[in-house]
Amino acid sequence: MTDVTLAELCIFACSEAFRNNGEVVATGVGPVPRLAASLAKLTHSPELMMTDGEAYLVEQPVPLGPRGYNDRKAAGYLPFSRFFDAAVWTGRRHAMVTPTQIDRFGQINLSQLGGTHQQPKTQMLGVRGFPGNTIYHPNSFFFPSHTSRVFVAGEVDMVSGVGYNPAKRVPGGNYSAVDLRSIVTNLCVMDFGGPDNAIRVVSLHPGVTFAQVQEATGFELIDAVTGETALPDGEALAIIASLDPHNIRASVIKDNPTIGRAA
Amino acid sequence: MTMLDKRMTPAEIVGQLSDGMTLGIGGWGPRRKPMALVREILRSDLKDLTVVAYGGADVGMLCAAGKVKKLVFAFVSLDAIPLEPWFRKAREAGQIEVLELDEGMFQWGLKAAAFGLPFLPTRVGLGTDLAELGGLKTVQSPYADGEVLIAMPALKLDAALLHVNRSDWRGNIHAFGPDVYYDEWFARAAAKTYVSCEQLVDRMEDHYPAEAQANIVERAFISGVTEIPGGAHPSSMPPAYGWDMKAFKAYTDAAKEPGNWAEVADRFVASDEQTYLAGFGGVEAVKALPLPIF
Repeated sequence: MTDVTLAELCIFACSEAFRNNGEVVATGVGPVPRLAASLAKLTHSPELMMTDGEAYLVEQPVPLGPRGYNDRKAAGYLPFSRFFDAAVWTGRRHAMVTPTQIDRFGQINLSQLGGTHQQPKTQMLGVRGFPGNTIYHPNSFFFPSHTSRVFVAGEVDMVSGVGYNPAKRVPGGNYSAVDLRSIVTNLCVMDFGGPDNAIRVVSLHPGVTFAQVQEATGFELIDAVTGETALPDGEALAIIASLDPHNIRASVIKDNPTIGRAA
Repeated sequence: MTMLDKRMTPAEIVGQLSDGMTLGIGGWGPRRKPMALVREILRSDLKDLTVVAYGGADVGMLCAAGKVKKLVFAFVSLDAIPLEPWFRKAREAGQIEVLELDEGMFQWGLKAAAFGLPFLPTRVGLGTDLAELGGLKTVQSPYADGEVLIAMPALKLDAALLHVNRSDWRGNIHAFGPDVYYDEWFARAAAKTYVSCEQLVDRMEDHYPAEAQANIVERAFISGVTEIPGGAHPSSMPPAYGWDMKAFKAYTDAAKEPGNWAEVADRFVASDEQTYLAGFGGVEAVKALPLPIF
C-alpha cells in the first residue's frame, strides 16, 4: 500500500487526456501536465511525441528538474523555429496548459486582468501561442486551485484562446479544429460534452461533492458524474516518481494533500 | 560599391538608429538576446522606438528606461521568472502602446515583411480578442472555399539586432545552440540588421568551412557586425553559456525595491560593456554559466 497525493491523482487523470491521440506532439506545460504527458507515453500511448522542453524530440520522456544537460537522448528535432510549421499549424499536437482564467465557453486568458488593454490592472504573460493552439489543435487544461476566480462568471477578461462562444466567431472562419478536451482540477475532472459544448463534471475526486465544485465555479456546471476519479496504480506511481526525482509535484497543490492509498 | 567590411563599434551601430524607428530584437524571452546592443541603446539618447520582439529583459529594460513608444509582442517573460517585472510595471502604468499577437502570427508577420507582402492570411486570431484589440482586418479566400481569414500585416522593421555565435567581417554569421528561434526572419524583415557576435573571424571559410549549415541567414541581410563576447548576458547563448538567473533575480527584485530604473541602471547597464560585465564577475564568469535545463 502506497499513499497517493492529490497531485499524483491529477497527473494520472490528466494522462488520460492523451490516450488515443495518435502520433501528435503531447505538450504539458507545468509539472502536472508535463508528468501526465510523459506518463501517458510510458504507459498507454507510446505513439505520442514530445520534446525535452527545449528543442529536441525524445522517445524517453525527460525527468523534471535539475539533471545533466546532455541527459536527454534526442531522437528528433522540433525547435521553436519549426514549431508552427510542423506541430501547431498542422494540428499535430495536443497541449495541456494552465491559463489564469477560463469561462463557460472554454475561452481562456493568460494575458491581463482588469483595467483596459492600454492599461491593465495586472499584466501577465501575453497571449503566447494560445490563439493558434486553440484554433488548430486539441487542448486540455489543468488547474491546481479550482475557484471562481479561475472559473469566472461571464467571460474571461481577455480572450486569449478560442472557445465555443458563438458571439466571438467571425462568420466564414474555419473553426473545425477547435477541440477542447479535458479539464482536470484539484476537485474534479470535466469535459466539454454538454449541449453546445457546455462544461460537464464527469468525475469527482475522492471526498468531493458536485455541490462543492459548483460552489467553486463562477458559472453553471452540468452534473454528468459517473463516479470517483480513478486512483493511480502502483506502476503509474513508480513512473511518476522516476520522472519527478526532486518531487516538484509536491509543490503544485496547496499543502500537498494525501488522498488515498494505492494497492 | 558595396562595403563588404561591415565591422562597426556598438556605438556606431546605435548611431545608425534613429528616434521613432521600428526595431526588431532577435532571441526568445531570456534566450539569445543581443543584450549588449540593447545596453548600448540604453546608454544613448534614442527614444520613441517601436520594439518588435519575443520579449525578455530586452523589452523590460527598454520599457523601464522610457525608450519604448509601442511594443509588438506575444509574451514578455524570463522563463523561470514568468512575469517580466519592468514590462509589467510599464503596462500597468499605461505607459506604452501595444500590438499583442499570437507567437505564430508574429513570425508570420515577419515573413510577410521579408517577402514584401502587405499581409499573409492566417486562421490564428479568429475567435479571440486579438483582432479587435489590434485592429487586424480579415480577408476572404477568392476560391470556392470562401474562407474568412485574418490578414496578418507585415511587421516591417527599420532595423533588427541579433546576437550570434560568430561572424566574419563580411557578415557571414554562424548561429549554434539547440534553437535559433526566428532570428533569420527578423533579419529578412529588416531594412538593416546589425549583429553582435561572441567571436569575430576574418574569413569564415578559412576557419570553419565545415560548419556552414550554421549560417542561418545570408550576409546580404547583415549590415553591421561587432564582436562582443558575453554580449547576450544575462540571457543564454548556447552552447557558449547559459542564462544568469541570479542576475535576472536581482533585476526582478530591483523592480520592487527601489522600483526606479534610474537608480539601478548603472548596475544593469553601466557606462560601458567592460564595466557592466565586471559587475557580474567578468566575461569568464559569464562563459562559465551552465546551460539551462528545461
